[in-house]
Amino acid sequence: RQGAAHHAVVRALPESVCQQALRVEKGGAVDFARAEREHQLYVGVLRHKLGLQVLELPADESLPDCVFVEDAAVVCEETALLTRPGAPSRRKEVTEAMKIALESLNLNVVEMTDENATLDGGDVLFTGREFFVGLSKRTNQRGAEILADTFKDYAVSTVPVHDSLHLKSFCSMAGPNLIAIGSSEGAQKALKTMQQMSDHRYDKLTIPDDAAANCLYLNIPNKGHVLLHRAPEEYPESAKVFEKLKDHMLIPIANIELQKVDGALTCCCILINKTSEL
Amino acid sequence: MTTEVGSEAEVKKEAEKLEPDTAKEKPEEASESLENQKTEETEETQDSSSSPVPTSQSSPTSRKERDPSEGKGISRFLPPWLKKQKSYSIAEPKDEAKKKAEGDEHVEECERQLPEEVAELKGEAAAENHQTKTDDKEEEKHSVSSAETQPAKEDSKEIEVEKVTEEPEEKLEEETGKRETKEVQTTEIKMEKAPQKAPKKIKTVQCKVMLLDGTEYSCDLEKRAKGQVLFDRVCEHLNLLEKDYFGLLFYENSDQKNWLDSSKEIKRQIRNFPWLFTFHVKFYPPDPSQLTEDITRYFLCLQLRQDIVSGRLPCSFVTHALLGSYTLQAELGDYDPEEHNSDYISEFQFAPNQTKEMEDKVVELHKTHRGLTPAQADSQFLENAKRLSMYGVDLHHAKDSEGVDIMLGVCANGLLIYKDRLRINRFAWPKILKISYKRSNFYIKVRPAELEQFESTIGFKLPNHRAAKRLWKVCVEHHTFFRLISPEQPAKGKFLTLGSKFRYSGRTQAQTRQASNLIDRPAPYFERTSSKRISRSLDGAPVGITDQSLLRDLSATAAGPTGDEAAVLAKLKNGESREEDGSPIKSPPLELTQDGKNNSLKVDGENIYVRHSNLMLEDLDKTQDDLLKHQASISELKRSFMESTPEPRPNEWEKRRITPLSLQTQGKVGPRAEGPCSGARDADKSSHETLSVVEEKKRAEVGIEETVVINEINEGKIQVAIDGGEPCKVEQLSKKDSSSTSSESSSSSESEDEEVGEYQPYHRVTEDVIREEKEGNEDAKEVEGYTAKVVQCVESVIEGSKEKVSIGHAQVAEESLVEGNAVSGTPEEKSFTEEAKQDLREEREEEQLKINGDLSHIGIDVKPQIICCSEPPVVKTEMVTISDATQRTEISTKEVPIVQTETKTITYESPQLDGSAGGDAGVLLSAQTITSESVSTTTTTHITKTVKGGVSETRIEKRIVITGDADIDHDQALAQAIKEAKEQHPDMSVTRVVVHKETELAEEDEG
Repeated sequence: RQGAAHHAVVRALPESVCQQALRVEKGGAVDFARAEREHQLYVGVLRHKLGLQVLELPADESLPDCVFVEDAAVVCEETALLTRPGAPSRRKEVTEAMKIALESLNLNVVEMTDENATLDGGDVLFTGREFFVGLSKRTNQRGAEILADTFKDYAVSTVPVHDSLHLKSFCSMAGPNLIAIGSSEGAQKALKTMQQMSDHRYDKLTIPDDAAANCLYLNIPNKGHVLLHRAPEEYPESAKVFEKLKDHMLIPIANIELQKVDGALTCCCILINKTSEL
Repeated sequence: MTTEVGSEAEVKKEAEKLEPDTAKEKPEEASESLENQKTEETEETQDSSSSPVPTSQSSPTSRKERDPSEGKGISRFLPPWLKKQKSYSIAEPKDEAKKKAEGDEHVEECERQLPEEVAELKGEAAAENHQTKTDDKEEEKHSVSSAETQPAKEDSKEIEVEKVTEEPEEKLEEETGKRETKEVQTTEIKMEKAPQKAPKKIKTVQCKVMLLDGTEYSCDLEKRAKGQVLFDRVCEHLNLLEKDYFGLLFYENSDQKNWLDSSKEIKRQIRNFPWLFTFHVKFYPPDPSQLTEDITRYFLCLQLRQDIVSGRLPCSFVTHALLGSYTLQAELGDYDPEEHNSDYISEFQFAPNQTKEMEDKVVELHKTHRGLTPAQADSQFLENAKRLSMYGVDLHHAKDSEGVDIMLGVCANGLLIYKDRLRINRFAWPKILKISYKRSNFYIKVRPAELEQFESTIGFKLPNHRAAKRLWKVCVEHHTFFRLISPEQPAKGKFLTLGSKFRYSGRTQAQTRQASNLIDRPAPYFERTSSKRISRSLDGAPVGITDQSLLRDLSATAAGPTGDEAAVLAKLKNGESREEDGSPIKSPPLELTQDGKNNSLKVDGENIYVRHSNLMLEDLDKTQDDLLKHQASISELKRSFMESTPEPRPNEWEKRRITPLSLQTQGKVGPRAEGPCSGARDADKSSHETLSVVEEKKRAEVGIEETVVINEINEGKIQVAIDGGEPCKVEQLSKKDSSSTSSESSSSSESEDEEVGEYQPYHRVTEDVIREEKEGNEDAKEVEGYTAKVVQCVESVIEGSKEKVSIGHAQVAEESLVEGNAVSGTPEEKSFTEEAKQDLREEREEEQLKINGDLSHIGIDVKPQIICCSEPPVVKTEMVTISDATQRTEISTKEVPIVQTETKTITYESPQLDGSAGGDAGVLLSAQTITSESVSTTTTTHITKTVKGGVSETRIEKRIVITGDADIDHDQALAQAIKEAKEQHPDMSVTRVVVHKETELAEEDEG
């Protein structure tokens, strides 16, 4: 089931995120306190509102981007692929703490050791049927190949990403078989590529703002479709689009601060859905 | 050759009689076609009475029946004397091939072609689809139409008949034949009528076939037996009815696997003795739950287990374990702690690299399957296996235009391009306009992407020419099997062809599903004991790669036909799978070339028209240019829809895939949620497959690679050698080749060695069309627009000394149904073949479905207006050449062939049609096509009835082709045609008239 999860891995944000986190373009300074509040709200939703077992790793001041756990590991079913992030400063995010956390969840952990490979989890879109891997500044072909070798059951198609940091900077899954896609030219082009490469037909939800197209979909027992999306205060037009999803439980989440350092909603957690007994 | 006419006609009559009879058995399914048929019959009678032809029963029949045999293509435009020519021309290449293969008997072969082959056929009644050249079309057509109407049940009838005449020893064969499609039966009938010959001394050859369970089947076959005979025997041995998903493989050079072509003699395909084959799944059903019988699923499971263990079908650890656990459940039943001790599992192999951990997992999972019957376990196995991304993907090594190693994967949905493990591109069948190969290059021509204007051709370099051809054939077969309702006619009727005429001749998935719905037998008993059997067979028998345990033990030493897989295995042992050849990472830009051909065409209708022409050209012959084919045959129109069809839609099985698994029960019959077709609608639709297209001319090409063709040039009276225009990219290449490597250019008519082959996947599956339209995007609307514009046409064609004016598609819409109009004259011109009729009917129907949103506009009587006019007689086309991937030198050039033809197209149409795109589709009530003919005129009338919003509408479309040696007053002919149309249908209005005139200038070609 797409979006099914019972565990989530998150990581607290270090203060260094304000000054040292990587960013695509200069923007306003990150208000740490506010960023922390937003993040706590986010984690609170996962833990309390949705009832996930949240494993929260401590912040590491030497890893300013460590809050964006998504980039560090790709988890699908019972296999976790520890990535080799494209930004050298982030490579340590993958070590120890993350590995231990994933192993503690009884995941079959695979490490990406090839020094020619780079892969950011933010470039990996798993649709429930197949993977799309954005070939971006952070992710290369070799990284995608290793992903394909790790998740052999699924087709892995590559999608060139030029104008954005990650593939998921402008898209994400918003439901089973439903891709939320931004309106920018780059986003639409990427969607076309994905459609062409796929044997499956996805529904698409076109979101006016690229950043808002990154939303977090979950399928929670007794709650059904749950969608965490950017708050109307941030992206009023996009929020209206999400509000049309009648079957979804919609949870607006503000992500103002972390967005300044290229953080999106999916970036801050790794969802785990081990079909347990397997 | 001419002597066969008599018997042929006779046979034909026989077949005709049979058809309505048998159709009665399944009235609901056949009703539509039956109706059509009747109408046609009536029409024919009327027709002949109005023409000077005597109305005696036999004469018109034989004439009519012979006509179709000439094919719907060029031939109908040929004078009779030329037609004879044609039959020779076709026979020749074949003989040539024989000569090559046997190195003697050329003359004898020529002479015995008809009678002896027939006699032979008698001996192997199951050999389907074997026809002598001239009448094959009619045969096939009949087989098609009858197969549509009575998929399986009527067999008993034929069998009875045969038993009377056939020698007793052949009974067995006939039993096998029972399950054959009608194709076989018509052949058999024909054979009965054919002169009997004393059986020759029969030489037999021993065949060995490795079966999926690891056992070996062997039998003696007559030396000249066709592939079908062997395949049928094997299937009979296996008790397999749903056999169309399977095939026989043989290995060439121990690593190249080839599919045995059922329609060809085995000895022409496999060169070395002994004859060793492997029984293999050929078309992996996208949704195995749609298979009717458990035994079929079982064989599919066996194949998949083999695929998994050999690494061809990669899976994750968990999937290996899960599939393995279902295997255990299916073969051992419920887990029993006493019986199944710790090492019960070790005799099974589930994965290329099986670990203890995996075995533990398998056991753990096995315990959870308690209660599943073997059939249910198999079903579960398949439900999980079918989701694997490489399920059913047939991989071929290739290089892209930059020489980068890639893999081409052919599957049910289309062509996938992989680089290492990654999918880097995908071309769904609906996106592909043409598939061709030329020497070791393989090309696909794809529709223009959105916002793009031109089609592009993408070339790949295969390791060698045979690999290219193999890939091409696999593509042709997959496309036909999965996308078409019924197979295309092989292009045998072509006057001049080069390259492979290969077409898939078996049943399509749609047909096989339909047929298997009629399977009515108790679920056959079979034992799922592959692993044990395998272990036993280890003592010496030359076992194929088949089963897990075998593989495990023998992988290093696998020999003979299994070499290929052994190699794979060896690789796997090293922890590598085939796809991981690990080449440097580089995004391989596929070579894209654009056709500039449409550039000069600005006028709307014109443009469309030309596009059709191109398509037609590419399709029917590879040696012509754009302009020669301006016959706006309906099929072209249809293709134009297709051409502009938007993105492929989800396939049926895609949708089904989502639906939960329903456990299959033994011997389930009856209708299921059907695939692309079911029931009566199928019957009606089936003729989509015919390659159709009215081809009015044949051409020769300079530098063609077949000697025969050159002879033709010498003999032919009206061909003009023409340099290919756009559609002839490949041909242009061939020219180059022939100049550079002349050794190849003259003698490559041997059937297995064609240098080139083309295939155009027509996406005629009506449901697709409908679905596509329903999705209602701009493309679809555009398509409608096109259609509306071009549907009706009046054409005139002047060809060489002959002249043709075709006035067609004078369209009328109203609540009246009129029979076709016959223009009087002396019968000389060939009528459309029945195939063509069917075809047209189908196309019409399809069109109707596409455009009947327009019908409301059509009822208005408007004087025709000219909206587009003639195009320049000489068109410059730009040639595109695909560069060879390995030699980095671009050989592409721009050549501007001068076309020795004058064509002119004038379209008149009601303005209403323009704005009429859109609107919802009505419901098609009926569609029929009537053909009548006279001296120099052929009239085809399409009548389609639809209901839309409670209003029933009838649309009549006439196509009149006038051919003449002398000057024809076209204006008068046109006026006459319009007048007649109006007279006949006073309450209807003419909405569109297209005149197409084609004049061939002369033979003064320098070629």
